Amino acid sequence: MLRTVGELSITAGLILMLFCAYLLWGTGAYTDRQQPLLQQELAREMGGGEQPAQARPLRRINLGKAVALLRIPRLGGDYKYAVIEGVTPEHLMKGPGHYPGTALPGQIGNFVVSGHRTTYGAPFNEIDKLHRGDEIVVDAREARYTYRVTRQHVVQPTELDVVAPVPGKPGRRPAKAVITLTTCHPEYSAAQRLIVHGVLDRTEPRED
Amino acid sequence: MYGWLWRRLPGNTVAKALASGVLAAIVAAVLWYGLFPLLEPLVTLDEVTVTR
Repeated sequence: MLRTVGELSITAGLILMLFCAYLLWGTGAYTDRQQPLLQQELAREMGGGEQPAQARPLRRINLGKAVALLRIPRLGGDYKYAVIEGVTPEHLMKGPGHYPGTALPGQIGNFVVSGHRTTYGAPFNEIDKLHRGDEIVVDAREARYTYRVTRQHVVQPTELDVVAPVPGKPGRRPAKAVITLTTCHPEYSAAQRLIVHGVLDRTEPRED
Repeated sequence: MYGWLWRRLPGNTVAKALASGVLAAIVAAVLWYGLFPLLEPLVTLDEVTVTR
């Protein structure tokens, strides 16, 4: 009897460890399958010989569609994620998500993108390593927008001010194009949120 | 529990060990591909958005 209890306890422990492994590494397999689809979707819409100058910025993007390609050179030369429109769990499983209703890439206002820190490929795992002045490159359909990191801070999960058009000043009319990245903090916890702000530095034609 | 299973597996020790390995792999696969994806949404250790 006691022996069976012990065996069941050990089995439960092993299953829990396997579940943790699944959360950290298994969930990323889904993201790895979805990202190429989103990136192909973007490439199709960007390609076709259309000159960047003629491509017009989009006014809005349907939920679940690819918004832009996000690159952060500080996190590696091959760091590249397609940003999806929407921030429900289903969207964020596929990649970093753009808050619907916030500014689109390059537009005046706040382009807000949320991404997982530990699960589903953990695209924003290392955004705490971003320093002031680091580049955040956003390849949208019409142009390449390069933002520079201005600030990094930790907030409570309810602090909606960070996604306001002027971060930290809700209700204020925006005059600048800024970017905000949000993820969970500390790692492996949902207690707080890590926020990285940046401001648009330059706009260039996209390099394909 | 495992002793009971071990005694019921056929063949010699090597065959029993192989069968045990296969059974463990099947259980792990069912958990990994079947149960864990259903449980994962209930674990909110990676909440990334700000909301009211």
